[in-house]
Amino acid sequence: MTGEGIPDEIIDARVEKIRKDAEDGGYLLNPDPDFVRALVAGICINEQRYGYAACPCRLASGNREEDLDIICPCDYRDSDLNDYGACYCALYVSAGVAAGTIKAPCVPERRPGRQERKKMSENNSANVSRKELIPVWRCRVCGYLCARENPPLICPICKASQDRFVRFM
Amino acid sequence: MQMEHVKGRRRGEIILYALSTCGWCAKTKNLLGELGVEYSYTYVDRLSPAEMEDAIREVEKYNPSGSFPTLVIDGSRVIVGFREAEIREALK
Ligand code: SF4
Repeated sequence: MTGEGIPDEIIDARVEKIRKDAEDGGYLLNPDPDFVRALVAGICINEQRYGYAACPCRLASGNREEDLDIICPCDYRDSDLNDYGACYCALYVSAGVAAGTIKAPCVPERRPGRQERKKMSENNSANVSRKELIPVWRCRVCGYLCARENPPLICPICKASQDRFVRFM
Repeated sequence: MQMEHVKGRRRGEIILYALSTCGWCAKTKNLLGELGVEYSYTYVDRLSPAEMEDAIREVEKYNPSGSFPTLVIDGSRVIVGFREAEIREALK
């Protein structure tokens, strides 16, 4: 993978920013530094091409609004981390994968296909009813609340583990 | 559609639809190289808009989610994603 004319320093700086943001929020990056760098180069290329940091492992449309769900970190990252131990690209991984004890898995694409997305955007009402089904989780250590399918693997505030969360609503 | 050809051991008609920015696509391409098979590939993200649309439709025909990498062997066997064991098995 090449940097498509993007200077090495820009890519390196972006790697550092993504790493720091991940650490601050209780997320872990893939333990293979070359793999991480190549993905981050892809994010930089996409930003240059499309004007937004589209997921390097998905084909962006060029229309930001259509691709809001795949701007990195994407809407699917945390569900994939929870279910598979890695995001779709395996940039973000679980503790087991980060430590090298588990191999990064091949994560199936969770994003609906083109036709399905079109249908979904045509009938927005489906999204409204979904909102009520999303549970709220409470970190028992620090009280952090979040509305999502599952609690985060690590609390972004106090770094407590996922099993310290309880369902709040 | 613009395809790059890689020479090697003939194991059927092998086509890889990939993205130039994607880590799993790169791993799949490396694996094909390691296996030494003859194949064609295209980086769909680098195609012109018209060619890109054709390529997306082709991918969707084999893999309705339209995701990458999509590996097609002899127009019938489809392997979606970097499924290393499956690829090795299919091309051994
Ligand atoms: S799959 Fe991973 S790298 Fe791709 S957009 Fe989502 S979080 Fe970012």
